[in-house]
Amino acid sequence: MTLIKKLAVATAFMTAMAAPAFAQYSGPPIKLGVLSDMSGLYADLSGPGSVIAAKLAIEDFGAAAKGMKVDVIGGDHQNKADVGASIARQWYDQDGVDVILDVPNSAVALAVSDITKEKNKIFLNSGAATSDLTGPKCTPNTIHWAYDTWMLANGTGKAMVKQGGDSWFFLTADYAFGYALERDTMEVVKKEGGKVVGNVRVPLNNQDFSSFLLQAQASKAKVIGLANAGGDTTNSIKGAAEFGITQAGQKLAGLLVDVNDVHGLGLQVAQGLTFTDAWYWDLNDDTRKFAARFAAQNGGKYPGKIHAGVYSSVIHYLKAVEAVKSKADGAAVVKKMKELPTDDTVMGKGEVRQDGRKTHPVYLVEVKKPSESKKPWDYYKILTTIPANEAFRPLKEGNCPLVN
Amino acid sequence: MFEILGITSQALFGQLLIGLINGAFYAMLSLGLAVIFGMLNIINFTHGALYMIGAFVAWMLLNYLGVGYWWALVISPIVTGALGVLIERFMLSRLRDLDHLYGLLLTFGLALIFEGLFRQKFGSSGLPYRPPAELTGGTNLGFMFLPNYRAWVISFSLVVCLGTWYAIEHTRLGSYLRAATENPALVQAFGINVSRMITLTYGFGVGLAALAGVLAAPIYQVNPLMGSNIIIVVFAVVVIGGMGSILGSIITGFALGVAEGLTKVFYPEASSTVIFVIMAIVLLIRPTGLFGRSS
Repeated sequence: MTLIKKLAVATAFMTAMAAPAFAQYSGPPIKLGVLSDMSGLYADLSGPGSVIAAKLAIEDFGAAAKGMKVDVIGGDHQNKADVGASIARQWYDQDGVDVILDVPNSAVALAVSDITKEKNKIFLNSGAATSDLTGPKCTPNTIHWAYDTWMLANGTGKAMVKQGGDSWFFLTADYAFGYALERDTMEVVKKEGGKVVGNVRVPLNNQDFSSFLLQAQASKAKVIGLANAGGDTTNSIKGAAEFGITQAGQKLAGLLVDVNDVHGLGLQVAQGLTFTDAWYWDLNDDTRKFAARFAAQNGGKYPGKIHAGVYSSVIHYLKAVEAVKSKADGAAVVKKMKELPTDDTVMGKGEVRQDGRKTHPVYLVEVKKPSESKKPWDYYKILTTIPANEAFRPLKEGNCPLVN
Repeated sequence: MFEILGITSQALFGQLLIGLINGAFYAMLSLGLAVIFGMLNIINFTHGALYMIGAFVAWMLLNYLGVGYWWALVISPIVTGALGVLIERFMLSRLRDLDHLYGLLLTFGLALIFEGLFRQKFGSSGLPYRPPAELTGGTNLGFMFLPNYRAWVISFSLVVCLGTWYAIEHTRLGSYLRAATENPALVQAFGINVSRMITLTYGFGVGLAALAGVLAAPIYQVNPLMGSNIIIVVFAVVVIGGMGSILGSIITGFALGVAEGLTKVFYPEASSTVIFVIMAIVLLIRPTGLFGRSS
């Protein structure tokens, strides 16, 4: 063998050895932190289920086969912004966490978003709703995944006004999320020609909504907008049914309702409720398959939009890290995530916009009657699919400093 | 019709009535606490968890055995009360001669364990429980629509509360109990099994919590967190009424329900804190509570 041949063989051999390193990420292990409400009123909508969703995403991405080591840890922020902020700092500073996921509760999410920017890490939010995260408070390190208050308000608000519900009274959760949802819905209602006749601010995690519902009833508004979430929403809906408010002709607009809330209410009480949801497990074969795998690990409880969002965001993050080949610079990875189109089996195709908003189609749904439900967790009738470009706030209207 | 601060009398009456209904739960729960504290000197932090278990037993009876609401109203307090008896017999009784603080720690720890177990099994979104067919629907009172079930809750809990008060203050058994609290050794000397009486009293207090849980199941959801949501308020009620005062806890329970209901109309943001503000004021003026005897 001539020297040239030897060299050629050696080069070919070395290229073959090195090839995977060019295509793949080979840096230090990646650590994802699911910061959630693990035990309180939002725990079923996000919580431990989000950890499961993140693990399924890592599995489906094939991280292990690609030689990427990805760990997931979970933390409980107890719906307290200060607790959430201190966990986030500890994770970033001491525990080597690269990405914080989920974070239901807008107050906590806003705090985590600030810290994430300060540390140049990544915050992929699926749990919190406030549209401020992609509005005035947007950062180069935060992406808002599954849904937001503008999307919920727009879908449900428009539909209700179109059906003749032109006067509104709001029951609003007394913190950042409730205000944002109320504000975004008010804007839609007014734009569509309706009016707002009153509102009441209700402390978070309230047991009995009957007092507030009677106030809503006295207002004579055609629609009672529920700018709350989780247990607060289900208690409001139950109360409204019990006090004959819905039977007397006033309509409820559940602004943030999750499939787990419907499960907790039972179809008997929830039937007929119309709202907007960002995702449903029974959309196609892929989502059904995901739901079955998820439920098997989650004590039989099905995934909702937040779980789907966590799954989808983890897949996309890992793709971006693979493309950038480094996880060190959070803003750079987020930039790559905005360049690449999103595509996964659970949430389908979409994109991440300049302001950090991930867009995809959303669904106006109605809760089925008990007689229409044919299988476990068969709860939604999809009335309309709102296309991605109409579902979310137009890029220019959010006042996000990153958009010029 | 008249108006106060922009609220019509119609709305006001409605709010007062709702306040009384919520007060009924406070009264039933604080009554159990007051019985346990007054007779046994135990600060029972498991009370909220046992209230939750009471509701869950009703739910399980319906969903696993097909046993409806009315039987649950009887069976659930007995089952949960029996659990209370076990707790007293095997755990609390060993702490009887120690400082209150140990009992508090034990019961608080038990509460966390029970809640954790139920949350693990049933999640945090709650489970639906329908009111019995006989009590669905409601009556239009002119100023408000009163669901029949809530009317039932308020009347039934009044009967239970007054019955308990009568049994403790005006019967022979009640007098034994009160005597045993004052001087257990002497009562024992009269041939009464004080130890068994204490165990049964604890079981009875727990039964009251479970009964409140069954009553609450159709109104609120059956939820592992339902106890911890309400227990702190109930403790405030007991403190305001005067630790251990039976009648005090009943009256304060209803009164605070009304106070909270009115706050929901005039300044809703404060409705979750108003009871604690009242508690602070009462403690400043009367450290033994409104109906408490200074010792």
